[in-house]
Parts: sequence; C-alpha cells; structure tokens
Amino acid sequence: MTNYEETMELVSLNDNSRKKYYWKNHLFYIFIYLMAAITILVLVAIIGYILINGIGHINWEFLTSEPRSMGREGGIFSIIIGTLYLTVVAIAVSAPIGVLAAVYFAEYAKESKWVKTIRFGTEVLAGIPSIIFGLFGFTFFVIFLGFRWSILSGGLTLSMMILPTLIRATEEALKTVPQSYREGSLSLGATKWQTIIKVILPSCLSGILTGLILGIGRAVGETAAVMLTAGSALGLPESLMDPARTMSVHLYILASEGLSKEKTFATASLLIILVLLINTIASKVVQRFINKAKA
Amino acid sequence: MKAYEKVIEKLLLICAVTATLSVILITIFIFKEGISVLSDYGMINFIFGTKWSPTNGNYGILPLIAGSLSVTIGALVIGIPTGIACAVFLSEVAHKKTAKILKSAVELLAGIPSVVYGFFGLSVLVPAIRQFILPIIQLFNEDASTSGFSILAGAIILAIMILPTIVSISENAISSVPIEYKEASLALGANRQETITRILVPAAKSGIISSIILGMGRAIGETMAVILITGNMPKVPGGMLDSVATLTGTIAMEMGYATPEHQKALFAVGIVLFIIIMLLNLFANFTLHRLGGQAND
Amino acid sequence: MNAKIKIENLNLYYGSFQALTDVNMNIYEKKITALIGPSGCGKSTFLRTLNRMNDLIDSVRIKGNVLLDYKDIYAKDYDIIKLRKKVGMVFQKPNPFPKSIYENIVYGPRIHGINDKQKLDEIVERTLKEVALWDEVKDRLKKPAMGLSGGQQQRLCIARCLAVEPEIILMDEPTSALDPVATLRIESLLEELVRKYTIVIVTHNMQQAGRVSDYTSFFLSGRVIETDETDIIFSNPDNKKTEDYITGRFG
Repeated sequence: MTNYEETMELVSLNDNSRKKYYWKNHLFYIFIYLMAAITILVLVAIIGYILINGIGHINWEFLTSEPRSMGREGGIFSIIIGTLYLTVVAIAVSAPIGVLAAVYFAEYAKESKWVKTIRFGTEVLAGIPSIIFGLFGFTFFVIFLGFRWSILSGGLTLSMMILPTLIRATEEALKTVPQSYREGSLSLGATKWQTIIKVILPSCLSGILTGLILGIGRAVGETAAVMLTAGSALGLPESLMDPARTMSVHLYILASEGLSKEKTFATASLLIILVLLINTIASKVVQRFINKAKA
Repeated sequence: MKAYEKVIEKLLLICAVTATLSVILITIFIFKEGISVLSDYGMINFIFGTKWSPTNGNYGILPLIAGSLSVTIGALVIGIPTGIACAVFLSEVAHKKTAKILKSAVELLAGIPSVVYGFFGLSVLVPAIRQFILPIIQLFNEDASTSGFSILAGAIILAIMILPTIVSISENAISSVPIEYKEASLALGANRQETITRILVPAAKSGIISSIILGMGRAIGETMAVILITGNMPKVPGGMLDSVATLTGTIAMEMGYATPEHQKALFAVGIVLFIIIMLLNLFANFTLHRLGGQAND
Repeated sequence: MNAKIKIENLNLYYGSFQALTDVNMNIYEKKITALIGPSGCGKSTFLRTLNRMNDLIDSVRIKGNVLLDYKDIYAKDYDIIKLRKKVGMVFQKPNPFPKSIYENIVYGPRIHGINDKQKLDEIVERTLKEVALWDEVKDRLKKPAMGLSGGQQQRLCIARCLAVEPEIILMDEPTSALDPVATLRIESLLEELVRKYTIVIVTHNMQQAGRVSDYTSFFLSGRVIETDETDIIFSNPDNKKTEDYITGRFG
C-alpha cells in the first residue's frame, strides 16, 4: 500500500467517526459544566436555606440574653462568650508555637532525616480526625491532668488541632520573603534571629494573619472535640476552669434534641455568618499579601 | 552573642517538635485507655463481633465498621466524579472569572462547620428521602421502608464535605502536568476533550488518587454530620436506605453516659479508627510521592 | 515551484506587544526551510502560527493570511483539528507522554479514529523504522517512553508525529536539548524525511541550518529580513544585517 492510499484511508475513517466524536465531546462538556454548577448550587442551597430560615430570629435580644430552659428560649449570650474564650485560649497557645515552629522549618531546618520526621509528624497531626482529639483531650486534659471539663481542656485540645494549619500557612508566607531581604540584613551585621524578628516576620505578617484567621475558623466550627473536653454546660463561664458550650456544640444539641426550631436556625445562621465573615477577611488579607508581594 | 543564638535555635526546635510530640502523646493515651478491652475481649471478637450492645457487655464493632464503610463508599461514589469534574473545570475548561466563582464556592464548602452540614442534612435531606426517594423505591419493592435517617443521607452529605479535598488536590495535580504534554497532544490534532481525558488526567493520576484517599480519610473520620443523619443503629446494613451507626458517631454519642468499662470500649473503637486513618494517610502520602516521582523521572 | 504554505502580511500581537510584523514568506513542498535569528526574534512564535499553537495563549491576536494549500488556516470555518493533523510538530524538549513507547505512537491514530490493532501495529513499526528507532526499541514497545535516552525520546516524538500522516512537520529547535551524536542522527533523519514531507525547522545553530536546509529565513525583531536559498543566504546575502548575523558579528 502506498503512503498516499494510507493517508486517504485515514481521512475517510476520520470522517466516518466524526459524528460519534462530536457527540462524545458534547457529553463531556455537559458533564463538566453540570458538576460545576451543582457544586455551586449545593453551596447556595445550604447557605440560603439556613439563612432564610434563621436570620429573622437573630436580634439584639437573642445575642445578649442568657439561654433559658435548655436553650428552648432566650438567647445565646453565654454561648458566644464560651466560644470566644475557647477560641482565644486555643489561639493564644497555638499561635506562638505554630509561628516559631514554622520559622524553624523555613529558616533553620536542614534537609535531614530528623527534620523529615518532624515534618511528617506535623502532617500526621493534620490528618487525625476530631473525635480522636476529643478522646485524647478527655483522657489527657480532663482526667489525667485533672483539668475537668473546662475552657482550659477544650482550648488546649483545639490548639493542638489548629497547630498544623498555622505552621503550614506561616511557612508558606515565610517562603515568599525574598532572599535579598535576608542577605541585606545579614550583610549589615544583624544576627539571624534579629533578621527574622526585625525583617522577615514583619514582611510576611499578613500571611501569618491568614493562618491565624483560618485557625479561628476551624476552632469556631469544631464540635466533637470540644464536646468531649469543654463539656456542654449552659452557664456563663467565669474562669478558665469552668466548663463552656460553644456555638457548634449548642447547634448540635438543639438539632439532635429538637428543642426549638427557630433557635436552632438562628444559631446555625450565626455560625454561617461567622464562617462567611472569617473567609472573607482571610481572602482579603491574602489579597493584600499578594499585592504587597508583587509591589 | 553566639550562645544566645544557639539557645533561640533550640527553642524554635522545641516548637517545631510539638506537633510530632502531640501525635506521640495522642497515640499513647488512646492506646493506653483502649488496649485492655482489645486484649480482654479478644481482637477477633472485637473487630468481627456482629453485636454492639454495651449495656450487655457486647462489644462487636463489625456493624460500626460496616456503617462507616458504607457511608464512605457512598460518599466516594458521588464525590469522585463530581470532584474530578470540578477539578478539570477549574484547571482546563473554565474562563478565569468562572473558575474564580467555583473556587471560592469550594473554599466556602470547606469552611462550613460539619455540624451545620449535619443540621442541613437533618432538616432537608432526611425528610426528602422519606417523602420523595422512598415512594420511588417502593414502586419496585413494596416492603421498602425508611425513616430517612440512612446511609444515603450520610453519603450525600459526606460527598459534599469531601469535595473540597478532592477538588483542590486534583486541580493542583492536573495544573502541574507539564504543558509540553498538552502541546504535544494538541499538535497531533487531538481536541481539548481528548487531551484532558487521555493525557492530562492520566498524567495527574497520582495526585488524583491521593486526593481520593485523603477524602476517604476525611469521610471516615467525620463525626458531627453523620451523627445527625445516619440514625445511629448499630447493625450491619442491608440497603442504602437503612440506618447505620459509624465508628465516630458511636464514640461521640455514647461517651457522655458510658460506664468506665464501656468508655474503655469506646477508646478501643478509637484505636481502630486511628489505625484506619493513619493507614489511609500513609497510603495517600506514599502515592503522592512515589507515583509523582515516577511520572517526573 | 509549489508553495505549500504562503504567508501574507502576517502580524501577531501579545496583548499590546507586537511580536511579528508584516511577515511574508513561501514554504516550499518537500523542502527544508530553516528559520534563524537571535533569541526573541519571533521565529518560534512564527512557527507556532503555522499550526495555530498560539491559540493556546489567550492574549494573542493575529492579522494577515496563512494559506495552506491555498486555504487560509485562520478562516473561521477552517477545521483546526484537520490542520494539526496535516501540520505536525516536534518540540524543543523531547516530550513523550508518560505512557509506553507503543501508546505514544498510537495516541494520534487512535484520536483520528483508527482502532484496529493490526493497523496500529503496522503504524508503530513503519514510523519507528522511518526514524531509525525500530531496532533499538522493538523488544520493549510496552516499556515507558521515559526510559529512553534524550535522543531516542526525540526520535520517538518525531515518529509519533509521523503516525498521523502529516504533510508538513514543524520543528522547534529539535536538537537543542541533545548531545552532538544524537543531533547528527536527527539531522541525517531530516534528509530522509524531506523526501516525503515538507519541513520547517527553527534553529539556533547556524551550522545546522547550513547543513540541513534548502531555504533559510532570517528573522530580526519580529520581521523577516531575508529569505532565500540556504547557499545564497550563507555565501552572498542581500542584507547587511543578515551578513552580520551569519558571520557572528552579533546575536
């Protein structure tokens, strides 16, 4: 067979199968677009459904009054305070450790087996499910260290959970600092630590901030681990050793016990709004960080 | 001066080790609490026992494993095609602006607390299954019945929850396929669809597989969403409309009122869960690095 | 002589940057045309207009005509798939797919509708023989293409390109990533291929252009300074700039 004939055959085959190809092609794009659309729709549906049913029940009284009869009536003041305390404890403990750990990984660590191991350990910690953290917090903080169901136990457990997020975000931020900053500072006779404190950390502050905000988001949304370590008491917490109920735990209890439909939706809406807020702030900060890095 | 720099480096090192120490501490304490039940009750009896009835001293977790597996597999069946399609959409099909919308949607999905998903499932999905899905099933099988609290409900909600994991890691993998492959394929007269399905997705398979494994880990480890919608019935399921109890859900539900012996059994459930998750994460890590390395050699 | 491709007043912009200005050129059938010029002169960009690979870049705008067999390939109804089947391309860095040697070659034919196993086997054997790779790889066709040496990979990429029966082959510095021995093998391969195919080659290597091509075109700052038979360009160019470049006075 000559080359020419072969070519002709190829072309004709091509034309015969064209229709089938077009059909396949269309099906492919329809599938891709459909799935993308469904994903967006699902998000809109979840947020929309909860906000529509709940936002009307959020008012000043709901935010500032104590829950009454197991949360069936009244507001969620003590719960907001409990959430706040827990988040503050979690961030206060994990932020310095996380940032300094990231500084070690980004600025000091050499690629040795030992460093690989502790890096791997950090990844493993990120993969542990929250209920395991809950079990651990319960047996370690609550029982073994005798902290009881308290803000301290819950906060410490949460701080372990958000540590990997913080380390990762800070390390990414540190990586974007140009090498010339380090060289510039070192060449002026600054020590490594002075360079880090005075030059490197300030220049990636917003990157670190993003990590913190995401950590807060995770702390606010966490339920299983908090329930097993901070308890679910409804009273207004007065010290670190008091038990507390967070908004997520409150939502779970209201939903599972069917106490009050409107309070449940209101609490869920408040959580959603918080999450939206946290996400927006985080992406704004990221944007500023990117812009600054470009400039 | 030098001494003080050395001290700082040591301090930083301590911070860096904290996460790893936490992992070790968690492992020790979970095992310490749960191991006695495993040894007294017998590993085989514990894992393959078909009866979970703590009040009668029956600690067989096969129904719980079956529950966790069934919702996870269901979530993967729904989540994998959707996730990969979204990843392809983001990396190859969409214009920048459309991609941005989907991207922030996926990020938001990742940010919504799991208890909110559970609540949404409880108030929308569970009744919907009872009212709309059940009649359809009954057309084929008159005896079918369901409360709506079911594997199906859990699978759908978990599928949504693992979507961000699958999408973001798969998208990354597809985007980092060298442009040379794409050019070569197009230059041979392949169209975009053929290039995506025959070259880009296969070349990104290690990343896609590890995204699926990580998603699987997330589904198995998820607690608050499934606890509200799967019905928490510790029995081996017969169909997707049956209620099930999962490993995680059982721990969370029963921890509050458990007797010391029962508590130890729940820690043993925790050990099983912990091992499953660790194996999955190790496996995901392995696929990502190993297969990834091969493709680039 | 038959101009396989005729380029008329071609202008190309990346956003507001003009990368090609008023390019006019003929590419003759079953001849090797070499494109030379300093880095950034637009020769690779020009090559990529011939099979519309620039379509991959969003910000590109093109004015002018590229006539392949008297038809404008930038016309709205021109089938880009048929174009790329007719105009094959070999890239600077060998880029076999992360698949087996066999799968690399049959990828194109399969895309174009050939699924018959025997037919595909024939194509694999014929194209690998054409690039003189058959004897080296015939016992490991199912092994990953990534296991081949750089020169073998590039010859495989040429075979992959031949498998869809192109009429024209575009080569974008095909030997720049290869050692001298592998380079010579590709060059002698070009002499074989030109009997059947029209070849356009971008090269940085002036000796290579002199050795292998029939025609040479000199690009500078997005313009074609001069196009002529290779012998003339290298011995007696019209333009002072061409002479300066050829004799190594700049670039």
